[in-house]
Amino acid sequence: MNSALTSTAPTDGAERQPAVAGKRLQTDWSSPAMRSRVRARYRAEATFRYTGLAALLLAALFLGFLLFTIVRDGWTGFQSTDVKVSVTYDPATLMIDPAALKTPEAAQALRSADYAALMIEAVGQLGGAADVVSEGAWLILRENLEADPTLLGKTQSVWVPAKSNIDLLAKGKFDLAEPELTRGVSDDDVSDYTQLKQRGLLRTGFNRIFVTMADSTNPELAGIWGAALGSLLTLLITIGLSFPIGVMAAIYLEEFAPRNRWTDLIEVSINNLAAVPSIIFGLLGLAVFLNFFGMPRSAPLVGGLTLALMTLPVIVIASRVAIKAVPPSIRDAALGIGSSPIQVVFQHVIPMALPGILTGTIIGMARALGETAPLLLIGMRAFVVDTPQGFESPATVLPVQVFLWSDDVQRGFIEKTSAAIIVLLVILLLMNSLAIYLRNKFERRW
Amino acid sequence: MNIKLLTLVSSTMLTVACSAPSEARTQIRIVGSSTVYPFTTAVAEQFKRTNPQFPAPIVESTGTGGGIKLFCSGVGEKFPDMVNASRRIKASEVAGCKAKGVTGIIELQVGLDGLSIAQSRKANFPGLSEVDVYKALAAAPFGKPNTYRTWKDVNPRLPAIKIEVLGPPPTSGTRDAFNDLYLLKGCETNAAMVALKKSNEDKFKNICTKLREDGAFIEAGENDNLIVQKLSANPNMLGVFGYSYLEENLDKIKDVPINGVTATYANIASFKYPASRPLYLYVKAQHIRAIRGMKEFLVEYSKESTWGRQGYLSKRGLVASPDAARKRNAQIARTGAVLNPASIH
Repeated sequence: MNSALTSTAPTDGAERQPAVAGKRLQTDWSSPAMRSRVRARYRAEATFRYTGLAALLLAALFLGFLLFTIVRDGWTGFQSTDVKVSVTYDPATLMIDPAALKTPEAAQALRSADYAALMIEAVGQLGGAADVVSEGAWLILRENLEADPTLLGKTQSVWVPAKSNIDLLAKGKFDLAEPELTRGVSDDDVSDYTQLKQRGLLRTGFNRIFVTMADSTNPELAGIWGAALGSLLTLLITIGLSFPIGVMAAIYLEEFAPRNRWTDLIEVSINNLAAVPSIIFGLLGLAVFLNFFGMPRSAPLVGGLTLALMTLPVIVIASRVAIKAVPPSIRDAALGIGSSPIQVVFQHVIPMALPGILTGTIIGMARALGETAPLLLIGMRAFVVDTPQGFESPATVLPVQVFLWSDDVQRGFIEKTSAAIIVLLVILLLMNSLAIYLRNKFERRW
Repeated sequence: MNIKLLTLVSSTMLTVACSAPSEARTQIRIVGSSTVYPFTTAVAEQFKRTNPQFPAPIVESTGTGGGIKLFCSGVGEKFPDMVNASRRIKASEVAGCKAKGVTGIIELQVGLDGLSIAQSRKANFPGLSEVDVYKALAAAPFGKPNTYRTWKDVNPRLPAIKIEVLGPPPTSGTRDAFNDLYLLKGCETNAAMVALKKSNEDKFKNICTKLREDGAFIEAGENDNLIVQKLSANPNMLGVFGYSYLEENLDKIKDVPINGVTATYANIASFKYPASRPLYLYVKAQHIRAIRGMKEFLVEYSKESTWGRQGYLSKRGLVASPDAARKRNAQIARTGAVLNPASIH
């Protein structure tokens, strides 16, 4: 019965067979051999699908683990602990002559006063080992007094940054059950911390220093803003150079250049350049911009130029692909109604290719933002306390800052490193989202 | 249309980017050793705080050798003003400096460092001598190929643990110090080697300082935190680095006593610890009048509250030089007396 059914309903294949009737073997779908073959096929199908799923899950797991450890270590970097101290701006301790404040040298007198001594005195009143505030805490006293000179001789309550160990204690980064030697923090610090905590002189809150300042050798005073600004300045130079040059090169190659050996050679070179390791561009930048043109070391200008060289081929390739994807009928139609070639390019081809060009550019920029190796060679691996003032002032960039902090001896920099990575990842995420948004916004289907 | 705007913005950027740099450098530039880097950056920061009228010095970590090369490339705003060094400058380097016009070099000994060999807190390595280290790590100890697999092979008193030591790369000043303080000392215990030093110095150097390449000595790069992490993960490994890293990570690692002496502040300061080494800052005297704040920076560096026993650098792991040396160097910092090339060998 079964075999009869198969014979009356021939498969597609059977119909296309040349008519050698009777000679062809009937497919017996119910035979054990065929059944096991079918099962094997389904099994292979399922295995393939699950392998793919497993690969995806594994990748997701790694990514999840990376994000989890970074966020776990880093989120506390956005918090800081302050200590409340009561400061009496005593002119004797400050070594300021109150009479000098009426003279034109008042600003200088206020600036050079001995605030460190004042801070030591104020912290001494807290009791304990009297070593609880940051080395740079006295800067706040100078700021306060410079802002309001009438404070001289008066007493004021000020919140100042705690030193790194106190900050880490407040965040629970030490295992207090361990003995002093293996705990990583001295008994003095622990007793100071408990004492301050009981008296309510500690507060942990948003770390304003981290988001507004530049690098520091004290983890509690280190900030990411200097590096972020350095990255911004560097990327401005990079995009300002590589975008127009890259897009113009792509337009010329796609729309105007004749097809011959030379353009082939250029095409191969561009593809090659896109694959060159970034450190080579660093060596090039060192040789050309620093040694030949004598540009300043560690400057965002040089960093931007070097990264522009690196990004240029990426933009050229992405733009060429985008321009190539514009249907020739659009060009023909435009030319047919009398547009000049320039009008065709700027009024029709570019607007249609723009989503592809912009996506390529932003991805190239995101790569430039995360690049470290070439910048090390041109001196951007530097300790810079001032936030950069312009394209030529020394600066460092986000990934280099991560690298520098990860190399620091002090324990407080562990969380700062992860926090800096979070900042970098958020910026990358924003840039990539922008790429997707632009693509969807400008994309045209036909 | 926004394309026009884009073109406009881009072309402005292009002009900005291409305008030639003309500004003269105003800030102090320091390059050099990664061992001295944390101390010099701390001084740079303090200098900026107390002297807000000067721009903050820029400190770059390039390694001692690379730093001295940059430092000696010439006189002028393109070249660094100071170099951190975790070893003394060599006579050949001074000569190279001179050839490029760098004739006045001020030498400041900023402090001491103990080059320690460390192990995980979980490990229990009894102690080493320089000969043990030399025999375990040299490519050809006393001229014969190195066949030692475990520490027990080197010295029967030591445990039967596979020899695995993480150490600095050849570009690092720490490696030079490791050569001087461990390998050469261990090598010179052999009379034949001492004789060889006189007859054929190149061969002597090669036998004494060439390290194994079969995995017993692992170059760990300049990142000392990485060594700390690896050591705490693997109790059978040893690592070589400066005292400041040891001190900061005492909860994870401890030192292996050398000749029975442990790496403590007191032992390093008194030179009782065999691997104590001085750290230096070299300053280009010809730049002092051209770059604002260099003199003040040197004064800041040489204050007792900076490099003294209770100074802020000692909190960061620098071991203060002996009192007399500090006094002499503070004097040099104030007067700017230049180094006599003849005093270097």
